[in-house]
Amino acid sequence: MTGYHLAQLNVGTVRAPIDSPELAGFMAGIEPVNAIADAAPGFVWRLQDGDGPGATALRPRGPDFMVNMSVWESLEALRDFVYRNGPHLDFMRRRREWFHRMAEQHLVLWWVPAGHIPSLDEALSRLDLLEREGPSPEAFTFREPYAAPGEEVGGSGVIEVAGAAQSR
Amino acid sequence: MTEISVIAVLDDPVRRRLYDYVTAQAHGVSRSEAAQAVGVQRTLAAFHLDRLAEAGLVEVTFRRPAGRSGPGAGRPAKLYRRSAAEHQVSVPPRDYRSAAELLAEVVDVTGAEPELQRSARSRGAAAGRAARRQAPHVPDADLVVGALSAQGYQPYQEEAEVRLRNCPFHVLASKYPPLICGMNLALLEGLLEGAAVNSLEARLDPRPEQCCVALRDCRNSKNNDD
Repeated sequence: MTGYHLAQLNVGTVRAPIDSPELAGFMAGIEPVNAIADAAPGFVWRLQDGDGPGATALRPRGPDFMVNMSVWESLEALRDFVYRNGPHLDFMRRRREWFHRMAEQHLVLWWVPAGHIPSLDEALSRLDLLEREGPSPEAFTFREPYAAPGEEVGGSGVIEVAGAAQSR
Repeated sequence: MTEISVIAVLDDPVRRRLYDYVTAQAHGVSRSEAAQAVGVQRTLAAFHLDRLAEAGLVEVTFRRPAGRSGPGAGRPAKLYRRSAAEHQVSVPPRDYRSAAELLAEVVDVTGAEPELQRSARSRGAAAGRAARRQAPHVPDADLVVGALSAQGYQPYQEEAEVRLRNCPFHVLASKYPPLICGMNLALLEGLLEGAAVNSLEARLDPRPEQCCVALRDCRNSKNNDD
């Protein structure tokens, strides 16, 4: 265990208003999937706005722009939840029914000191950094992950990924 | 060993049967168990199992007999289980994997997953219809297990589910999980539909080193949530 936790931000633009029939499956799935996340090994924290399910009421970049943000004890813990949990994988399988494919980056990962709860502004600036400069230890993706500070893996800091990789 | 000599190791009927048996099991298989399953002498089974292990087609682990340790506990038993390594030989040379990876990337980049799932569903349905035509009176579960085995899934029964020991799309699925697992689910949903199998339903339930899809007996569980 290191003194760092992994923070994650996902963004997406919805294909229809959240109260429309097109988004009904998505909206209905948020609470059950979040409950699984909350109970998952290595889960630390997730963003909630108190108004809608999850963080659906927060629209930092326009009415269609939704965010999802959480902190995990390790990259492996997050990866297990994202790709190896049935209900979450099923949710991801259907994402194109609900979200536009974004030309820009839609996921960013970065390390935070354990105990630090990142703000949405901080998260969005990491996303912008990834978009501007590509993956780095400050802002990366599942496909090109970096080890936590002080946890050197190889020369470049890039972890060998044998398993899943996040789609861009 | 070159790929072709690895494959050539399987060119012996007894060895091939041992390989099929070992790779279909979830547990490490002892020499005695394998010998009994295939109907040969233990020493012959041991000989062939070790050839398979040398070629990397199966992996070897050791287990001490339960409750015994230290000097005098006896030799640990040699157990054989499926290897994660993949071997491909194509004559003449073909490279479908690179093509598949490129196509997957493009589906991912363009967000064409709904179209991929639709195509997969019709392809699965065609396979299901063909299987049903060939065996019109076979019970549902047997028909499905036969059709899935023919496509390399290595199905096995676990309580009220048919689980799939092997992911036929392993490399792609580990690179593009939602895309390939979604495609696979659609293929299998289509197969059940085409074969007119109403007693089973396909759902995503990934487990390490297995296929991400399981087929659940849905005759008595229509009202269950899960």
